[in-house]
Amino acid sequence: MSYPLNPDVLKDDVMREPIRAGFGRGLKAAGQANDQIVALCADLTESVQMHLFREAFPERFIEVGIAEQNLVTLGAGFARAGKIPFVSSYAAFSPGRNWEQIRTTVALNNQPVKIIGSHAGVSVGPDGATHQMLEDIALMRVLPNMIVVAPGDSLEAEKATKAMAENGKPVYMRLAREKTPIFSTPEAPFEIGKAYVLREGHDVALLGTGTMTYQLLVAADLLSKEGIEAEVVHVPTVKPLDAETILASVKKTGRVVTAEEAQAAGGFGSAVAELLGERLPVPIKRIGMLDRFGESGEPDQLIDVFNMTGAKMMATIKQFIDTMPRYHQD
Amino acid sequence: MPRTNLTLIQLEEKANKIREDIVSMLLAAGSGHSAGSLGLADIFTALYFNIMNLKPDEPEWPDRDVLFLSNGHCVPVQYASMAEAGYFEVSELQTLRKYGSRLQGHPERERLPGLENTSGPLGCGLSQAAAYAYDLEYIDKQPHRFVYVVMGDGELDEGNIWEAAMFAGKYKLGHLIGFIDRNNIQIDGSTEDVMPLEDLKAKWEAFGWHVLEIDGNNIESIINAASEARAITNRPTVAIAHTIPGKGVDFMEYDYKWHGVAPNSDQAKLALEKLRTLDGKITHEGAGV
Ligand SMILES: [Mg+2]
Repeated sequence: MSYPLNPDVLKDDVMREPIRAGFGRGLKAAGQANDQIVALCADLTESVQMHLFREAFPERFIEVGIAEQNLVTLGAGFARAGKIPFVSSYAAFSPGRNWEQIRTTVALNNQPVKIIGSHAGVSVGPDGATHQMLEDIALMRVLPNMIVVAPGDSLEAEKATKAMAENGKPVYMRLAREKTPIFSTPEAPFEIGKAYVLREGHDVALLGTGTMTYQLLVAADLLSKEGIEAEVVHVPTVKPLDAETILASVKKTGRVVTAEEAQAAGGFGSAVAELLGERLPVPIKRIGMLDRFGESGEPDQLIDVFNMTGAKMMATIKQFIDTMPRYHQD
Repeated sequence: MPRTNLTLIQLEEKANKIREDIVSMLLAAGSGHSAGSLGLADIFTALYFNIMNLKPDEPEWPDRDVLFLSNGHCVPVQYASMAEAGYFEVSELQTLRKYGSRLQGHPERERLPGLENTSGPLGCGLSQAAAYAYDLEYIDKQPHRFVYVVMGDGELDEGNIWEAAMFAGKYKLGHLIGFIDRNNIQIDGSTEDVMPLEDLKAKWEAFGWHVLEIDGNNIESIINAASEARAITNRPTVAIAHTIPGKGVDFMEYDYKWHGVAPNSDQAKLALEKLRTLDGKITHEGAGV
């Protein structure tokens, strides 16, 4: 069964929406379905799109002020009281500032707190490096018990929000600020822990998470025009990785490229490299932020400058294919 | 209505038994935090045997009062109190800090029914207690239940505590009752040398709390403080409980060097002798080294 892609995904006027908007809708819907859900925010309610929940369920919305350590430890306390707390701020501050509190009171304590980090990646734009969180995937995926999700578009963020509301586990979800092209469809599947083959090909496997999956679809289309058929796999759950789907694609293609709007070191690319290093060693190229911070600029401009547009990735991938042999399976 | 019908004298005896448990479990463990655990024995005795509404044979009883221990390194006093209250066998205390034990060096909620939180890294307990109290006040609306939290004084250096204090003050969390173990010591020395906390009462008042100053080694004043705190429903209450670190073991009392140290067998023997004959009015058998 093939993944139902948005038929307009490669058009210039593809519909775009901030991924965080999907979170806002998903949280409200989850709140309607389950009255145990509470939402906590650290003075960024509209920015992280919690205002929809606040308006619908004012008695279950708690303003915490600019205090991210308190934000997440309150979340742990609400969980102990039987609630399902969603706690949100910018990713730079949560989990950026309160990581130890998350480690002790959420991960080790194994409470189903849903930590929502918005404004991740360089596409935050003009605010600059301080606010462009790049290390969150690395920080969160090393925590036992923690699930790490990076939805690819707003529709998927909505589904992911509803799914994590009911899974009974600690979850980190990273969201982007800017409008992101919608590649999925309302009927597209989403399950925590699952990866999805969006496009089939046999020359190289392109694995994307978060905002980068769309760019990989663009890159694959450009590569196809040069006679290279790439398989594009969307991996919205960074932890646990869907090893089965990833290994199947890599087995078929013998080469792999990963893409994320985050530090490749310790991030999604590292997670894939760890999996393949142990299970199926093949040449791998990681696209992402390579041991450097971002800086101020327009979001599209920064994605281009840091070689993360479809066109720039196409060139990187082409060079990778030209220089690295395909690993042949028997 | 108090949870048990122990008289004040019997509660004091219970506290003493808990101190003996602490000394013997720390000796068996070979490491752990002596001073704070001993100093808190009266507060924990009061909580587990008089103040809190609990069912030791039903740790998740939905109507229970809850206790968050914020300074997790003092957990030996909680384990000992729980064992004496009937949550588990007193003999299990001897497994403290050993491989496979439910009694981890710092408390882990999932390992031992009856623990409300996982703690050790300081400054995180008040927030969790405040969230629980918020839930009781505004969401689940269960005015008959109360949330207790025990904090160290040294851990008040942590910013997280004051974020939580501000939160609890803003939302007037009348079901939240804190005890600060004001023993004036932390690892590097006296709290006022390391990082002054005074005027501590004025600080909490400024954050919107009702503040009591009590003798934290006097069970009657602890019980009275809790009862006053429960009567004040329009804001959170904190009792600054002045305690003697190492209380009950004369060579440990007031000495910050006993913060993170366990007694050796000679020291434990001395300590247990001292505890068993306290003021010549209490005699115990058993709880051997
Ligand atoms: Mg102290």
